[in-house]
Amino acid sequence: MSNIKLAEAPSGVEGSGFFATSLDKVIGLARANSLWPLPFATSCCGIEFMATMGAHYDLARFGAERPSFSPRQADMLLVMGTIAKKMAPVLKQVYIQMAEPRWVIAVGACASSGGIFDTYSVLQGIDEVIPVDVYVPGCPPRPEAILDGIMRLQEVVKNESLNRRNTPEYKALLEKYGIRTNG
Amino acid sequence: MARLENTVLVSRLQERFGEVVAKLDEPYGLLTVETDKEHIIEVLEFLKKDDELQFVYLTDITAVHYPELERSIAVVYHLHSFVNNARIRVKVYINGVNPQIPSATVLWNGANWMERETYDFFGIDFEGHPDLRRILNVDDMEVFPMRKEYPLEDPNRVDKKDYFFGR
Repeated sequence: MSNIKLAEAPSGVEGSGFFATSLDKVIGLARANSLWPLPFATSCCGIEFMATMGAHYDLARFGAERPSFSPRQADMLLVMGTIAKKMAPVLKQVYIQMAEPRWVIAVGACASSGGIFDTYSVLQGIDEVIPVDVYVPGCPPRPEAILDGIMRLQEVVKNESLNRRNTPEYKALLEKYGIRTNG
Repeated sequence: MARLENTVLVSRLQERFGEVVAKLDEPYGLLTVETDKEHIIEVLEFLKKDDELQFVYLTDITAVHYPELERSIAVVYHLHSFVNNARIRVKVYINGVNPQIPSATVLWNGANWMERETYDFFGIDFEGHPDLRRILNVDDMEVFPMRKEYPLEDPNRVDKKDYFFGR
């Protein structure tokens, strides 16, 4: 017997030879368990992320087997480290290049709030330039904390509607950041 | 070759420039002299091209803001003479309201980025610089952050109230 754990099936109606549930739940389940990460690492939080990706903590267990270094093929942008104001347009460009659906995790104090770098040259949290789904505290956070952040994002992904990108709230949010939405 | 003595250096400078170059200090053996912006290029050229002194290496150009002084910006040049194993620091105090000083790019191409950096942080206009624009800070920054009148902290941050920090 293999001891591979499968993702829990969403609630639905089961009978002999069929299983019925809503498309939202199936797609949410698939998305949540195949989040392709795009690491945007600028400092020590990135080193913690390397440990998270490594064999011991093994981020791949959560379906994030393939770290993508192209924003076009990534779902989950992980911003790890101090973002200088000069880096802000670059980060925003990377976010714009990602295809929907896309999510963002701010890993560590610097990405979340500027951290100890309360100074004219450092962005005081990446949520000044792009929307953020999950914030991971810590300076730097341990790999367990990063995994916890990713699991919380999985919950977000599972429970949001299939067409988040078409909701007026989401469009308004992106427009607040000056990011163009399709249609 | 033996190390160039500071006394020799001072006497060579006094002999060439007289009152225009004044010795300020010698902290930790680093000779520091002052001159004015009319003569700074001449002084640097003499230090660089003199056969004995040979201060051929421009270590750095930077500045200091002294808000309490009448001439509130000091532009600082650090020179290094490899053959004599000697260093010298040249300071020029200039007006802080509209600071202007001739560019040292006529002597060292390496002065280009140093002067851009000094412009970026102190707003000093290096006259004759080929491309004086910001180098490290974001292009749309409106202040010169190393001047004392501008706050160190990011003014956009709204959640940081002074009373959290006992101020």
